[in-house]
Amino acid sequence: MPIIIFIIIIFGIKENKNVFDLFIKGAKKGLEITVKIFPTLIGLFFAIGLLNNSGIIEYITKIVEPILEFIKFPKEIFPLALLRPISGSASLAVATEIIKNNGVDSMVGLIASVIMGATETTLYTIAVYTSSVRIKKTRNILIASLAADVTGIMMSIIFCKILFAM
Amino acid sequence: MLNILWPIFVVLSIFFAVISGNVENLNRAISTSTEGAVSLTLTLIGTTCLWSGIMEIASNTKIVDYLAGVLKKIIKYLFPNINKNENAQKKIIMNVIANILGLGNAATPLGLQAMEELQKDNIEKDKLSNNMMMLIVLNTASLQIIPTTVIAIRTSLNSENPTKIIFPIWLSTICAAIVGIIITKLLIKADNN
Repeated sequence: MPIIIFIIIIFGIKENKNVFDLFIKGAKKGLEITVKIFPTLIGLFFAIGLLNNSGIIEYITKIVEPILEFIKFPKEIFPLALLRPISGSASLAVATEIIKNNGVDSMVGLIASVIMGATETTLYTIAVYTSSVRIKKTRNILIASLAADVTGIMMSIIFCKILFAM
Repeated sequence: MLNILWPIFVVLSIFFAVISGNVENLNRAISTSTEGAVSLTLTLIGTTCLWSGIMEIASNTKIVDYLAGVLKKIIKYLFPNINKNENAQKKIIMNVIANILGLGNAATPLGLQAMEELQKDNIEKDKLSNNMMMLIVLNTASLQIIPTTVIAIRTSLNSENPTKIIFPIWLSTICAAIVGIIITKLLIKADNN
């Protein structure tokens, strides 16, 4: 990370850019983004908090547990895997809860972190991109994108287990 | 999407809790749930501002041109016949670069402009063209060098090594993107036959 920052700033200096002004401009944008998503996060932490404490997640996880065990899928990750393609902010809320509850440097915490970094909100992206040009026939794009998501999630688990074997 | 999901989550949770006699837990959840959102936002503000600032510098330097040079070859392979529409090609390259630099808010408008350009070349206007499919798949893969949000969360939870996850994230993302691209190519091929 420091190396990336170093390279970027050297480039800026070499090209005689007002590096600090640019930085401030970008940081301002960052602040706007964070403020903009705050109401969404409040709403979702509320809903996710209810889900977590109603016992319904344990109930559903218990039903699918044999399958998860069979494919060696960590059951703590299951709610995140379900929500990740659907909603970015909801999965952010769930991932934060999972990481907090299982320990940030535990295997489950690491896997949840990697999944958040390695996958995107597929359904939202498809909806925005197709509706912007008013297209209805989407030619199985969902299959390709969801296959990519499943691969991303599975690979996150596999790479974590290989790289962080304890 | 959340207009459907959010009410389902809330109603289902309350319903389930009442049936299973779990209402006390719910009361606690309601009063503590906003704390999580507040502390997450507080952590995100710092890192998001820092990296948006750094990436703003990057997007104003020749780094963008170098990346575009590298990407041109890949783009040509992923989007056959894109040469005909130079505007579309430019927008697609900028969209991919914004994704790579983690400028999500810049990436989406560029991606949508690219969609409009591609729609001009599209023969059946109500159906995704091959190039559109590829653009969408690239945008559903999370091609990001620095996963700043995850690092911010891990830092706030006092991780011993918040950036430890970067390498496996790169590996997993690349695998996911390759699978997405291959399946899209296969779908396109199947349609042509």
